[in-house]
Amino acid sequence: MEQSIQPLENYIPIFLVLGFAAVFALAVIFSSKLFGPSRPNKVKLSPYESGKDPIGSIKERVSIKYYLVAMLFIIFDIEVIFVYPWGVQFKQLFGEFGIIAFLPMLWFLIVLELGFLYIYKKGGLKWD
Amino acid sequence: MPQNSQEILLMLPHVVIGVGIVISLLIEMYSKKSETILPWISLFVFVFAGVHSIINISANQILFGGMLEVGGKPAIFNFIFNIGAALLILNSIDYIKKYESNHGEYYILIQSAILGMMVMAGSKDIFMIFIGLELMSIAFYVLAGINKKKSSSNEAALKYFLLGAFATGFIVYGIALIYGVSSTTSVDSIIQNFSTFTQNILFIVGLLLFIIGFSFKIAAFPFHMWVPDVYQGSATTVTGLMSTTGKTAAFSVLLIILSASLINYNIDIFAPYFAVIATLSMLYGSIVAIAQKNLKRMLAYSSISHAGYMAIGLAAANSEAFSGIIFYLAAYTFMNIGAFGIISIIEKQNDANTDLTAYAGLASKSPILAAFMSLFMFALAGIPPLAGFFGKYYVFISAIEADLTWLAVVGVFSSVISVYFYLRLVVYMYFKESEKDIDLHIDKYSLLSVVVSGILVIYFGISPDSLLNLILSVVN
Amino acid sequence: MQVPIEYYLILSAFMFSVGVAGVLIRRNAIIILMSIELMLNSANLALITFSSFMGNSIGQIFAFFVMTVAAAEAAIGLAIVIAIFRNKLTVNIDQINLFKW
Repeated sequence: MEQSIQPLENYIPIFLVLGFAAVFALAVIFSSKLFGPSRPNKVKLSPYESGKDPIGSIKERVSIKYYLVAMLFIIFDIEVIFVYPWGVQFKQLFGEFGIIAFLPMLWFLIVLELGFLYIYKKGGLKWD
Repeated sequence: MPQNSQEILLMLPHVVIGVGIVISLLIEMYSKKSETILPWISLFVFVFAGVHSIINISANQILFGGMLEVGGKPAIFNFIFNIGAALLILNSIDYIKKYESNHGEYYILIQSAILGMMVMAGSKDIFMIFIGLELMSIAFYVLAGINKKKSSSNEAALKYFLLGAFATGFIVYGIALIYGVSSTTSVDSIIQNFSTFTQNILFIVGLLLFIIGFSFKIAAFPFHMWVPDVYQGSATTVTGLMSTTGKTAAFSVLLIILSASLINYNIDIFAPYFAVIATLSMLYGSIVAIAQKNLKRMLAYSSISHAGYMAIGLAAANSEAFSGIIFYLAAYTFMNIGAFGIISIIEKQNDANTDLTAYAGLASKSPILAAFMSLFMFALAGIPPLAGFFGKYYVFISAIEADLTWLAVVGVFSSVISVYFYLRLVVYMYFKESEKDIDLHIDKYSLLSVVVSGILVIYFGISPDSLLNLILSVVN
Repeated sequence: MQVPIEYYLILSAFMFSVGVAGVLIRRNAIIILMSIELMLNSANLALITFSSFMGNSIGQIFAFFVMTVAAAEAAIGLAIVIAIFRNKLTVNIDQINLFKW
């Protein structure tokens, strides 16, 4: 029981980091209030919402272009999953097959990039 | 990884189609005239792969560390897929312009679908079944909706997608349970220990989910809801591909289960299931088809009933059934592709001329089309001496050998019903006057495709032994 | 303490049933798509559970494949739903009834 209790000193660096972060953040906010010029207007005071109007109907539809980008993102994001097991095993594969271990993944990525090139050529990434 | 030149030679069909897809994609990206080049590339690829498979049929080998089988049984399936696809490509050249979706992607997707089917037919690992199935299905979802401006095409794609993905969910969960019990994904080792695994209820449940998923794909009765709408709404050439090669690919996987019960004698737990879906599919398909006025929809119901006839073989589960089903699939593929080929010639823009009435008096306008259409209808109805008759004959014989005579009787009864709606079309073509004036434009490539399908149907009918001996030589 | 294998399997069977029920009951095409994803993910959970308890990694690799296929299917499904929405301005499958279901 005695050994399982961690001495509290181990946590001191973490508390130090937390304290430093809090002091730094507060210092930055208050120093800009103290020294910066303050000329507020309506736009500046509104909450930041990536340039859109922050208050409105929640049923608002977003542009269909987002869907296209989202779909392409899903596909290319997920395909990278195959690189992980290959990467984990690569040392062993390299020892066994030499440079040939590199080729299947290279071929896979070439085919994947070909798909990406296809999207690019067909204008799937254009935004207008 | 291939070990020697022999193995590279044997996997050439898969490689050629894979390379064909990549090259087609590049042409589609960089060429303005891809729609005129790609059909010929696809045609070359399919004919090469089909002929290569049938030539190297005796060189049976398992590649990629027990993943993919080439030669032997998969070679027969590869022949069916590739020659069927080649015939439909010939039809598509003219048809896809009428359908207002003359994109190069159409041909790339067909190549992907066929590659998926070849992977399915040759799979020796559940992994490969799944990947091949998805490659085929995803390509088909897009092909069904290839004309995105058309509501009927959209609707077909949505229905096919939702129910196809639903079936995929069943298949994946079934695979997970099968893997959990057997702790391997190799088909061979699962088949060898089939009798021990079947004592585990989890394995049975997994296998049942797997079979239910594939029952969706073969369009058998309780899982047929998507079939008529999808077949009617999709492009006719795509429907032709889905109903023939797609069904064949799904059956090539179900035959693995059949071979499992063949090797382990008397373990036939799924025979009642297959007997029930066979009976229901045959009767439902034949009876509902009578009420159809649209030819594509009628052939969709006929497709359901043909799935039923083939499922008789799965219920019988003996070696006659095994070769009988493969023969039936080959015969069905070519007669159905021929029928859909003629529909695609007669069809005009906006799904016009797919009704029965459009065929009234066809014999006087185009005797050759009418003659071939009658040939395919007779073959589908199972009238001797055409290919369809021998397909049904072998399957019914296998049922009688397995003491399932009642199933064969139901099959014969259902065939008799189906003669009515097949022959009704023939009557329309020869004995009815055409009500509206239809200008007929017969594309020469489409006609070639129809003629080749017709010759194959007659050839398999006149000398069924040639094909059957080929099948028997690889099955044993 | 190790969680027994049954707990995982019961959870995955429950997720699968929720997915099947969702497909059968809901009428919105997007929600049906999400239910199908739930079915595939329940299969993933079962695969990884078996893989981890049996100590062989095939199941985990298979789960990777299922994930990629699910992503491809989701992309195709969304594309089809967008195409149909542009034509019909609805994603309710009861109103997508050019043919009888």
